[in-house]
Amino acid sequence: MIQTRVIEIFKQSATYALGKMLINQTQDFFETLGEMGIRTWQVFYLTLKALVQRQMKWKLIIEQCSRFAVDSLPITLTIVGMVSVIISMQVAPEMVKQGGEKFVGALMAVVTTRELGVIMSGFAIISMIGSSYASEIATMRVTEQIDALKVLKVNPIEYLFIPRVVAGFVMMPVVVIIASAFGLVCSGVAAYLSAHISRLNYVSSLWQGLFLKDIFVSLGKAACFGAAIAIISSTCGYLAYGGAKGVGLSTTKAVVWSFVAICIIDYIFASIFFF
Amino acid sequence: MSIDVRHLKKSFKGKTVLDDISFKVEDGEILAVVGLSGAGKSTILKLICGLTKPDSGEIIVSPGDIAMVFQYSALFDSLDVYENIAFALKERKEFKNKYTETQLKEIVAQKLKLVGLEGIEDKMPHELSGGMQKRVSFARAVVTDPKTILYDEPTAGLDPVSSTMIEDYIVRLKDEFNPASVIVTHQLSTIQRCATKVIMLYNTKIVYSGTPQDMINGGNEYTKQFIEASIQGPMKVAGSD
Repeated sequence: MIQTRVIEIFKQSATYALGKMLINQTQDFFETLGEMGIRTWQVFYLTLKALVQRQMKWKLIIEQCSRFAVDSLPITLTIVGMVSVIISMQVAPEMVKQGGEKFVGALMAVVTTRELGVIMSGFAIISMIGSSYASEIATMRVTEQIDALKVLKVNPIEYLFIPRVVAGFVMMPVVVIIASAFGLVCSGVAAYLSAHISRLNYVSSLWQGLFLKDIFVSLGKAACFGAAIAIISSTCGYLAYGGAKGVGLSTTKAVVWSFVAICIIDYIFASIFFF
Repeated sequence: MSIDVRHLKKSFKGKTVLDDISFKVEDGEILAVVGLSGAGKSTILKLICGLTKPDSGEIIVSPGDIAMVFQYSALFDSLDVYENIAFALKERKEFKNKYTETQLKEIVAQKLKLVGLEGIEDKMPHELSGGMQKRVSFARAVVTDPKTILYDEPTAGLDPVSSTMIEDYIVRLKDEFNPASVIVTHQLSTIQRCATKVIMLYNTKIVYSGTPQDMINGGNEYTKQFIEASIQGPMKVAGSD
C-alpha cells in the first residue's frame, strides 16, 4: 500500500514529468531519424528506377522547380542582400582604417561564396519552402488524401517526395548563384556608402577573392541543402497525425530538423574541403 | 466471391480493436457495417483496401480494382475536379498513355454525369458543397471500373436530402458496376435503402449478422438498442455509466 502511494506521488512530481518528456522526445527523435533514413533510401532508389525506366514525372518536377525557385527568390534575395549589407557596413570602414580597402571585395567574395550566400539561402528556403512542404503534406495526411493516393494505387513517395527532392537538388544551386551575386552587389554598394570604396577598387578586389573551388563546393553544398530540406520537410509532413495541432507540430519539426541538418551538412563540407 | 474476410484480428498499441471477424460479400451485394463509434468499422475498410495490415486472419478480395469513398471525400485540394477524377488514369503506370486527353475528358464527363454533376470539371474542391464533393469522390472512385467499392460513412455531415441523393448513387453504382460493396454507416436510412446485409460490431466482435429487414424487425438486443438509440442496453458508451 505504501509502495503504491509512493509511486502515485512520484508520478505527480516534476522529476517524473521531466523524465517522461525526455524519454518521449528521445523516442520521437530516433523514430523520426529512422523514418528520414527510410524515406531517403526510397527516394534515391525510386528516382534512379524512374530515370532508368524513363518514368520521371517531369510535369510535377517542373512545377515544383518553379515553386522552389520563383516563390522563394524574393525572400532569399532580401535576406542575403540585407546580411551582406550589414557585414559590409561593419567591415569596410574598419578595413579602410587599417589600410586594407583593396581587400574589402576579396573578403566579401570569400565570405559570400563559402558561407553567407548558401547558408542564408538555406535558412530562407527552409522558412519559405520547407515549412510549406511540411504543412501541405501534413494536411494531405490528416485529411486522408494520402490514403486516397494509396487506394488509387499511386505511390506517395513517387508522387509527393521525388518531384520535391529533385526540385530542391536542382534549383537550390540556382537560387544560391542568384542570391550570392545579389549579395556581392549589395555589399559593394554598402562599402561605397559606408567607406567610400570605389566601384573599381571593389570589383578588382572581388575577382581576387573568387576561387573556382569555393564556387563548386558552394554549389555542391547548395544541392545537398536543397535535397535535405525537401526530404526532411516532406517526411515530417508525411508522419503527421491528428488534426490542426498535428499539422502545426509537423511544420515546426520540419523547420527545426532542417536548420540542424543544414548546419551539420555545412560542417561536413567545411571539414572535407577547407581543413 | 468478391470479399472474403476470415478470422481477422487487429490491434493498435496493444489494444484489440477487431477479434475473429469473418464475413463474405458477393458481387452485387452491399454489406453495411454498423456499431458504436470506435468499434473498428473504418479499420475493417482500411484492412480490406490494404491501408493497414491485419495482425492475423485473411482477407481475400477478387482480382480487380478496389475503390474507396472517404468520410470527408479526401479530394486532392490542389487539383480541380477534372484532374481529381482523371487522376488514377493519368498517374497509374498501367493506364499511362492508354488514353488521349480527349478520351480522358469523355470518361470524366461520363462519370460526372453518373453522379449528376455535369460541367463542373474546372471547379476546385473548395468551391463545391459537402454533398457535391462527396459525389465527385464517387466519380473518382469508379473511374477505373472497380470490382469492390468501400464507403466510409458516405452520408456523414450531409443534410437529409443530400443523404438520400448519395444513397441513390450508391444503389446506382451497384446497378451499373455490380461490385461487392461495404458501407460503414450510422444511418438507418442508408442501411434500409442500400444494404443487402448487415453486421454489427461491438467490443471487438460481430454481435449481429443478418438482413436489414430482420435487423429492423427484431434483430437482437444489440440492434434493438442501436435502432432505438437508447443508452440502456448491452452496449456501453464511454462515460454512460
